[in-house]
Amino acid sequence: MIWFFLLSGLFLGWSLGANDAANIFGTAVGSRMVSFRVAALIASIFVVLGAVIGGAGATGTLGALGAVNAIAGSFTVALTAGITVAWKSHSGLPVSTSQAIVGAIIGWNFFTGSPTGHATLVQIMSAWVISPLLAAGFAIVLYLGARWWLARRRIHLLSLDAYTRLGLIVVGAAGAYILGANNIANVMGVFVPASPFDELRFGSVIRITGAEQLFLLGGVAIAIGIYTDSRRVMATVGSQIFKLTPILALIVVLAHTLALFVFTSQGLQHALHAIGLPAPPLVPVSSTQAIIGAILGIALVKRGKGIQYGTLGRVAVGWIMTPIMAGLLSFVLLFFVQNVFEQKVVDRPPATATSRH
Amino acid sequence: MTILFRQTHELEAETDEYLDLIIQGGLLYRQGVKCYLEHRFEEFEARLLELRSVEQRGDTLRRSIESKLYLQTLIPESRGDVLGLLESADEVLNLITSTLLHFSTEHPELPDNLNPLFFDLADNAIASVEAMVGGCRAYFRDLSAVRDHISRAQGLREEVNRLAETYVRAIFKLDLHLSHKSQLRYFVAHTERIAEDADDVCDRLAIAAIKRYV
Repeated sequence: MIWFFLLSGLFLGWSLGANDAANIFGTAVGSRMVSFRVAALIASIFVVLGAVIGGAGATGTLGALGAVNAIAGSFTVALTAGITVAWKSHSGLPVSTSQAIVGAIIGWNFFTGSPTGHATLVQIMSAWVISPLLAAGFAIVLYLGARWWLARRRIHLLSLDAYTRLGLIVVGAAGAYILGANNIANVMGVFVPASPFDELRFGSVIRITGAEQLFLLGGVAIAIGIYTDSRRVMATVGSQIFKLTPILALIVVLAHTLALFVFTSQGLQHALHAIGLPAPPLVPVSSTQAIIGAILGIALVKRGKGIQYGTLGRVAVGWIMTPIMAGLLSFVLLFFVQNVFEQKVVDRPPATATSRH
Repeated sequence: MTILFRQTHELEAETDEYLDLIIQGGLLYRQGVKCYLEHRFEEFEARLLELRSVEQRGDTLRRSIESKLYLQTLIPESRGDVLGLLESADEVLNLITSTLLHFSTEHPELPDNLNPLFFDLADNAIASVEAMVGGCRAYFRDLSAVRDHISRAQGLREEVNRLAETYVRAIFKLDLHLSHKSQLRYFVAHTERIAEDADDVCDRLAIAAIKRYV
């Protein structure tokens, strides 16, 4: 039964793999700089590594937003997010898994009467605004730097092509790692409080926690999504909002990776704390939003020529509608799961003697 | 790093060598015309022979570069432009060769008093080809310099047109048979076409360079 409940998380992971890997390798594959086979292999390996090694930070924050503590509740929340992502991506627009899962968790909070961590919600929503802006800032700096450097280095077109290919693979691998580390919280975060796995020990050194086993499972689901359904998205991504050349694609993916790194890295957080600087919160941010922010950053430097404003407007409306839709759908589905299928969607602690008075 | 990009560096060297061959072809044409005008026909034939071998090597090298670009799916964004440039530059080299070949096969009698003008015409036509090759090299390595080479090629083409007109006017004022005048006009037109074809390559180059700006 537990495995059945986990299926919704795996479905969400599959959706994320199909859509968000295209953000990282879409232009490289679409422009035939990197073959789909190479892109899928690299993205799959590094997404799984990122999920298992670095997935803990953002998951903690998602738990603080609303601790979905019954496996049927987790199932419904993940299923809601998966349906929202599949539905929105079917309409051909970039969609954020982070927004879908946060909307679904808030729907669970409302349905079960659980408190919503307002401070965390504000943190997450701020990150949604800041991450595309940050990615745009990174993209502008990287673009201007690259333009200046290329004008001075006089690299042969063929060498530049070879360096760009290598760059797309290396930055794509880093992007996939960060995507796994940041977005695994969306896929498996809601199952962590109700994790069915016990800690595994191999000797006295290797220890795999229940959460890490969940993340590994989610990472594999993302990898399957990459292999089975990202090819179509990869072939079309990159020109929806602004036509990207391979060099611009490299800059965009690097800016996206840096923006996600800021909201994912526990090491960066500790380093900033150590020198007395305010550290960004570790929250799951939207890979899609970061990519779009980076693309817009470059488009702005190029004075907005070639931006598809119609598509951009629909994307912006989608950003607002996704969490609202996910929240409402989550509420409705939880009602059905609890009252029609008679599953426990929330595990309430037993009331204490004091609270009876 | 060197091993990683060995094939790329080899292909770069081949591209450079191909452009060198066009320059070499231009030089041979210039020397050949000079020999012909000075009635040193043995030397002229030697230059022609060498030019034909250069043209053949150019063809082989171009085909090798083109197949590598396709097989290794290199420069997908610029491949069409690069192939177009290589092919149209090759046509210029072919035209240079065929023009000099016509001198050998038809043996036209050029009026001695107009020889400095004809040499000037051929010299400027080849200078425009050299500017075209400079533009192609800049397209690969230094985009900002492409425009300078294109401007130079355009200026030289205009000069070639002016010299060709002067030459044609001059031969039609001479007391020659009409068929002789027509034959000379034909040689002038061929030489003029070298500069015009080089200018066409530059037009293509200008568009390709715009597409390459980051």
